[in-house]
Amino acid sequence: MKNRSLVSINDYSKEEIIRILDLAETFEAQPRQEILKGKVIASLFFEPSTRTRLSFESAAMQLGASVIGFSSAATTSVQKGETLNDTILTVSNYSDLIVMRHPVDGAARYASEVAPVPIINAGDGANQHPTQCLLDLYSIRKTQGTLDNLDITFVGDLKYGRTVHSLTMALCHFNTRFHLVSPPELKLPSAVKRHIKDAKLQYEQYTDMSEVIPKSDILYMTRIQRERFPDPLEYERVKNSYNLVNSMLDNGKPNLKILHPLPRVNEIHTDVDSNPMAYYFQQAQNGIYVRQALMASILGNK
Amino acid sequence: MSDKRKELIVSAISNGTVIDHIPTENVFQVIKILGLHKLSNPLYFGTNLESKKFGSKGIIKVSDKYFEPEEINKIALVAPSATLIEIHDYEVVRKSTVTIPEKVDKIVKCFNPNCITNKEDVSTKFTVLYDEAGNLKLACHYCEKNTSKENIIFI
Repeated sequence: MKNRSLVSINDYSKEEIIRILDLAETFEAQPRQEILKGKVIASLFFEPSTRTRLSFESAAMQLGASVIGFSSAATTSVQKGETLNDTILTVSNYSDLIVMRHPVDGAARYASEVAPVPIINAGDGANQHPTQCLLDLYSIRKTQGTLDNLDITFVGDLKYGRTVHSLTMALCHFNTRFHLVSPPELKLPSAVKRHIKDAKLQYEQYTDMSEVIPKSDILYMTRIQRERFPDPLEYERVKNSYNLVNSMLDNGKPNLKILHPLPRVNEIHTDVDSNPMAYYFQQAQNGIYVRQALMASILGNK
Repeated sequence: MSDKRKELIVSAISNGTVIDHIPTENVFQVIKILGLHKLSNPLYFGTNLESKKFGSKGIIKVSDKYFEPEEINKIALVAPSATLIEIHDYEVVRKSTVTIPEKVDKIVKCFNPNCITNKEDVSTKFTVLYDEAGNLKLACHYCEKNTSKENIIFI
């Protein structure tokens, strides 16, 4: 993986995914190691994302790397009309690795083709967010002890949620049984379901999550955005049926864990937070270790 | 019109390639995709010609030019029924058809308005896929979204 960009989770084989997760475990045991001392990591956030940016920057600094970059395109030469090509080529002169978030779909793939240094995609528009996917996989493996043969339930906006799409594709390596809970308007796109079918795995679709909770090992919640509905009445009708409250978890399996890519709004009631099944805040913390594993691996130190 | 007369039209170049059975409305697209308008070779084309098979058709004849399969297959998206006739010294030496290629580069626009290829000066690249119903789709190399056949727009 040395010097190779990570743009889409599909760029990594099953073995490469597992290698990163194994390496992330060593960073969880010892997150502060000066193995990237002297390296410069550019953190280019063409659109704001507090959580992902701070997680990457903290991960890099804990490994002794220096971080340069920007947190919004508003203050950069992009504002003057500079092309992505020119920004990336220029920043490549100043850094060993570029972490980028960009509002345009495919921007990261393009950057990886023009940059002489490797790129880590920290989100390109509605397309891919592979480090979120890796930290989700890490969280699932850590809480369940395995990635294989699990019952994984996705709830909410399965149509537009890019984290759901990437994670579904990655889980196709691990013999997952998929349970897909969404309003009919926000079902998983057929192109993603095709991956499940190609892997010869099972999926079931539901509109109500209560019946599927007792079967699940992982409940992966996502936010339903009002603006996804052409008819606001339709939104009002469905919005509460995808909100999780603590009492719904009474008949959950003992190993059930609740994940959420965050930020959450009201799809998980705060009364769930104190339930030991709630794992979304630890999930975010796991992002540090996975990103450390990635940067160390790409820069060839591990 | 006798068959003999037709054969004469097709063979009217001494050396080169005849591309026959092009949908008449796509003749100019085929010329553009193959870059024939940029060549200095003699080029003849016809549109709205009578065709027993298709009702009407277009035809292109280009002198002293032969195509590699990967080059000619680029026209398969606009002219799937095209017949390629190679002529040497007024004789038809080979007839072939076109096949849809695995990759489609630079000639089709990505349907996703938020794709980098629609935002900056980046050439499009697609992989050809078929859905379960056998319909052709183009998967964008950059934004990873599919452009279905009815949404294909040529650049």
